[in-house]
Amino acid sequence: MNVAAIASVMNYWVEEAFWGMKHTLSVLVENKPGVLVRVAGLFSRRGFNIDSLTVGRTENPDVSRMTIVVEGDDKFIEQVTKQLHKLIDVIKISDISTEEYVDRDLVLIKVAAEPSQRVEIMQMTGVFRARVVDLGRKTITLECTGNEGKINAFEESLRPYGIKELVRTGKVAMLRGSKLSGEGEATGRKRGEE
Amino acid sequence: MTVAEAIVRCLEKEGVKVVFGYPGGAILPVYDALYHTSEIKHVLVRHEQGAVHAADGYARVTGKVGVCMATSGPGATNLVTGIANAYMDSIPIVLFTGQVPTSQIGTDSFQEVDITGITLPITKHNYLVKNPNEVPSIVKNAFHIASTGRPGPVLIDLPKDVTTATIDFKYPTTVKLRGYKPTYRGHPYKIREVAEIIRKSRKPVIYAGGGILSANAADELLQLAETISAPVTNTFMGLASFPGNHPLFLGMLGLHGTRYANLAVTECDLLIALGARFDDRVVLKLGTFAPNATVIHIDIDPAEIGKIINTHVPLVGDVKLVLKALIPLLERVDRSEWLERIKELKGQYPLTYRDEGGLKPQFIIEELCRLTEGRAIVVTDVGQHQMWVAQYYHFNEPRSLVSSGGLGTMGFGLPAAVGASMAEIGKQVILVTGDGSIQMTMQELGTLMEQRLPLKIFIMNNYSLGMVRQLQEFYHEGRYMATTFRFHPDFALLAKAYGIPGYTIQTHEDVGRLLPEILSAPGPAIANCLIPQEENVLPMVLAGKGIHEAID
Repeated sequence: MNVAAIASVMNYWVEEAFWGMKHTLSVLVENKPGVLVRVAGLFSRRGFNIDSLTVGRTENPDVSRMTIVVEGDDKFIEQVTKQLHKLIDVIKISDISTEEYVDRDLVLIKVAAEPSQRVEIMQMTGVFRARVVDLGRKTITLECTGNEGKINAFEESLRPYGIKELVRTGKVAMLRGSKLSGEGEATGRKRGEE
Repeated sequence: MTVAEAIVRCLEKEGVKVVFGYPGGAILPVYDALYHTSEIKHVLVRHEQGAVHAADGYARVTGKVGVCMATSGPGATNLVTGIANAYMDSIPIVLFTGQVPTSQIGTDSFQEVDITGITLPITKHNYLVKNPNEVPSIVKNAFHIASTGRPGPVLIDLPKDVTTATIDFKYPTTVKLRGYKPTYRGHPYKIREVAEIIRKSRKPVIYAGGGILSANAADELLQLAETISAPVTNTFMGLASFPGNHPLFLGMLGLHGTRYANLAVTECDLLIALGARFDDRVVLKLGTFAPNATVIHIDIDPAEIGKIINTHVPLVGDVKLVLKALIPLLERVDRSEWLERIKELKGQYPLTYRDEGGLKPQFIIEELCRLTEGRAIVVTDVGQHQMWVAQYYHFNEPRSLVSSGGLGTMGFGLPAAVGASMAEIGKQVILVTGDGSIQMTMQELGTLMEQRLPLKIFIMNNYSLGMVRQLQEFYHEGRYMATTFRFHPDFALLAKAYGIPGYTIQTHEDVGRLLPEILSAPGPAIANCLIPQEENVLPMVLAGKGIHEAID
């Protein structure tokens, strides 16, 4: 295992401190065709930059949850939130980065790996608690989940071997503890019925 | 019944009396259903743009939702400018467009266009209906969304197989939209805070926009102004929300606003923004706009608050309800010193023009105002004439100015005037337009005559695109590229072709003689008013300057 890899594992905690400008918005939307376009279109025409956007079903099939990561100051985030609220299909928005939350990103990385390098790469996989999901003649495909910083670190540590292909899901996030970022909207429960 | 019949039933339930539209293949089932109703009148326009502007004009004068129909493809795309226009000015319209059958969507079939995709950024909401059973609730929601909160256009795209499908009709009585709950009542704590700030203010100015009109809050505005002795300035969209001859009235502010309105805003210690959005044509230069003022911003759209300038007290709510709650908390305070200062500003920097060197458009507008006692519905197009109306016509009743503010759509005037006339609210309707604007949509003269509308049209004809020409004079050293017309039809003769009495007005004497005649005649009229080409709209704030630095 190379030194750079260890350094970057340690580094991601430090890097995280610089991401204070990033906000993670958890947005509940109607699960209808065209909703993603409405949200994405709003961001592009108002000149808002999206860092990442993921969307998927929730516990209620009528409702989807988008996790949108945007970067900007408080005034900017306020405007983003208010504009999102104006979309009829947007049910609820929570800026969960102002509270304790867990977040995960998943990456698949195809790395160049001659048989001689495989052991080294597998060791690295162990450090990051990643998994080997496929082996080719000259490549190895790895899967890793974690927060953004960890994924970045994992990516950095594999870079020296030659990353052939990489795909990330983007961040999904949820508040810690029993608090619900949807406040029960998705499940149809009223406030306070948690 | 068929979905098409259900749609007509829905419109009846919503109390729709007039629909503006243009038929075509994909929307035919709905037209067939309209054939069987006697409660709804369909107005056949000459171009779909005319339909949406007419619905817009109708909505502006009545406060009701305007309704408009067009077919798929080009019918739908012809609506786009009008939808954007209504969206920018927050006008409630519901639009129905035909669409190719669902099985053909996405195949580039004949007259297919993705109109919900195209209008996504210019509608408050839109629907592409796939399930026939959802139609009644979608129509119900559309009318609700269009007319509540901050109003706006809502489009419903109807594939032909949907409108021909059969459903059990039941019009929902309630609206369920979990993502749409406008805030109507202002926060009581904030309202008390506002009352306290107003009490302490020595030099308040009320800056009132179109929100006053959408909320029907003109009475409350007047009450507020008189209670706290605060002068009132209107945005262009807010004009007619405050009596034009009231001593507290400052006229319009901003780029072509009165100097005293702009100076009052500059000097005030409290700016009370009501249903206004600090548009760039008002604010001009951040930092020089109301530099000494505490800003209270009352608006139904939270996204407008803090968007442009920092607000000290944000208050989200329906401006009528907020003012109703606020006014009882206010006390009369002696602000005679401030009102003296306002009087001084009005005397020092009056709104005026030199009435020499030809027939001045300002004079014509003043005469129109005098003869109609400021009580006509004045529809305008876009350009210099629009600003002259804003400056020199003193509106006395709410919803009596119909004009394209946010988008600045030339060609809006005539069709909007058709819509305003169709409202039949017993007021004279006057269209003041320009020689450029009228030619963009003058095919609607056909609609005008078909509906026998007594519209009086005044064309401020300077043989140029006056406002653009003015910009070239100021910013491009008078290089008049593509702004002067070398050919015009004879507008009086054109009127004749439509069977409309045509007049040419070129002197003060013509104005004195013909204006009363035109206004009192029972039918429509077109007056071609020949005005000097070099006449500019003044005052004007030059680019990069603050509102206190206007030239006149």
